[in-house]
Amino acid sequence: MRTAHTFKSAFKSLRANKTRSALTILGIVIGITAIIIVVSVSEGAKGLILSQIKGLGANIIFIEPGREPEGPSDFTQILSDSLKDRELKALNKRNIPDLKDLAPAVMVPAILSRGGETKNTNVLGTSPLYAEMLSIFPEQGVFLSDDDVLSGSNSVVIGYNVKEELFGPSDALGENIKIKNKNFRVIGVFPKKGQVAFFDVDNVAIIPYTTALNYISGSRHYNLIMAEISTDEAVPRAAKDIEITLRNLHSITDPEKDDFHITTQEDIVDRVGTITGVLQTLLGSVAAISLIVGGIGIMNIMLVSVTERTREIGLRKALGARPADILYQFLLEAVMLTIIGGVIGIILGALFSFTVSIVLSKTLNLDWSFVFSTKAAALGIAVSGGIGLIFGIFPARRASKKSPIEALRYE
Amino acid sequence: MPPLIETRNICKEYRDGQTVTPVLDNISLQIRKGEFVAIMGPSGSGKSTLLHILGFLDAYSSGDYLFEGKETSSYTEEESAKVRNRKIGFVFQAFNLLARASVLDNVKLPLLYSEIDEKEWDERARKSLESVGLSHRINHEPNELSGGEKQRAAIARALVANPEVIFADEPTGNLDSKSGQMVMETLEQVHQKEGRTIILITHETETAEHAERIINIRDGKIEKDEKIATRRLAKTFIK
Repeated sequence: MRTAHTFKSAFKSLRANKTRSALTILGIVIGITAIIIVVSVSEGAKGLILSQIKGLGANIIFIEPGREPEGPSDFTQILSDSLKDRELKALNKRNIPDLKDLAPAVMVPAILSRGGETKNTNVLGTSPLYAEMLSIFPEQGVFLSDDDVLSGSNSVVIGYNVKEELFGPSDALGENIKIKNKNFRVIGVFPKKGQVAFFDVDNVAIIPYTTALNYISGSRHYNLIMAEISTDEAVPRAAKDIEITLRNLHSITDPEKDDFHITTQEDIVDRVGTITGVLQTLLGSVAAISLIVGGIGIMNIMLVSVTERTREIGLRKALGARPADILYQFLLEAVMLTIIGGVIGIILGALFSFTVSIVLSKTLNLDWSFVFSTKAAALGIAVSGGIGLIFGIFPARRASKKSPIEALRYE
Repeated sequence: MPPLIETRNICKEYRDGQTVTPVLDNISLQIRKGEFVAIMGPSGSGKSTLLHILGFLDAYSSGDYLFEGKETSSYTEEESAKVRNRKIGFVFQAFNLLARASVLDNVKLPLLYSEIDEKEWDERARKSLESVGLSHRINHEPNELSGGEKQRAAIARALVANPEVIFADEPTGNLDSKSGQMVMETLEQVHQKEGRTIILITHETETAEHAERIINIRDGKIEKDEKIATRRLAKTFIK
């Protein structure tokens, strides 16, 4: 049978039952929408996370207390106090030949105040290297110096939001603010930066780690030690050296019992891959289920359609249609139906992902870009067409096998 | 030259579990090219079953059916479909036009399954409609036509692939007598002008008398098979 005419007649019969066709393809639409969202959102998340760590340089190793958290509800890391001055001293060039520099960090929630204004936020105690590692520098004033660290000075560098909330439009440089009722002098103000390496620069107050340990934290342990390695290539070797050094120091023989964990940028990239993989599997199965349900819906409606059009099938056969012609006609109808559903799904999925990207980047100030994957769109078309074929073949075969006189006699 | 249609002792029976119902009992007949034959009989006589068998729509239980001198019992579904498409045109009592297609598209329908070049479809369909006097209706949908016009559109459809034989199954059964006469007149023209073989199924003597020969069937057997001395011609009837 001639393809153009088959298309025309398939289209006509779908249009004749507009409501039914629309309801039938709903499952396919939802399934394909889910596929597009999955791909777009996980690509967006990946892009976001990678852009966060991009500024870091590949030669930074993170050393954190506690064993590696196994999930979001695993608090072992936070509760551990395994990184102290002793460990900081052991991480030297003798033990780790590739080490260039270290930046410890202490993170303490604290109340900042100036006059009547207060702000509840995180105070970070660290060293000058930190700013270089994250490539964040004050817009006004300067960052902490080595002298600040050595002397345990009361200098503070504040984020954009902290400045706005405590000082408003007036100048902050050289002014004093109180952290836990202790006076600190503002020596630098960061520009508006948003998140850098999962770290909210706008809402932070950075002081020397020595000062933080002595006056603010109340304990002697670090939340994080960042190690700068001489070259990117030396990172795996240095990570191994750090591991050995800390295990020796803590007399750990069983790696299972590590009370610290080491993260390289490669690890982060891997972890991102794992997370987006989980996300894709999860939403992917939602898509799969809805596609199967949608496919069964298509099959059901096609069976109804075959029954309704029994006379037409009989007539076509009487006029010379071979079983293959009838099969082709009904199969084409099913595939057209599902592909229309697929196209609608692709449009809806893209719209939804686009909205999400706008909302996230506007409200959360995240660097979330909208990704429309042509691969995903092609996959959507292929999958929806495939569903049409798989679930259309049974009704189409039934149609093609109808005996012409039985079909013509059908009332 | 062999007859266009020849059956030898065709039998047809329906089985329903243990009970066997015979429908056709040793039907032997010959129809030559160019004949206008009416197969007549009361309802349940087996005349429709015979037409379906002759039209390659149904299988027979035993006997031989030769079409254009060729034994047909070994024909596959595809081969039967090919014969239906190229050699046979059907006209049904219930018209069987596709509701959502124009008259022109309806007439083109058999061409979809033929090997005729798509470029010729339109012209063939138009000519066919012209020959049944429906040129003014080509873009209408079937539900906009009168019963007689519908049946004439169906005749145009039956003619479009230039078949050897037209099978008309109670073509006037759903029509009032005037429309019925017009349809019979159209069939007569097709027979006379184009010399086409027509096999007409009917239970009405008046309709059957338009043919040149009447085969009477009763209880699955040929009761009588004779030429008609005085044919009833549609035009004279209308006057």
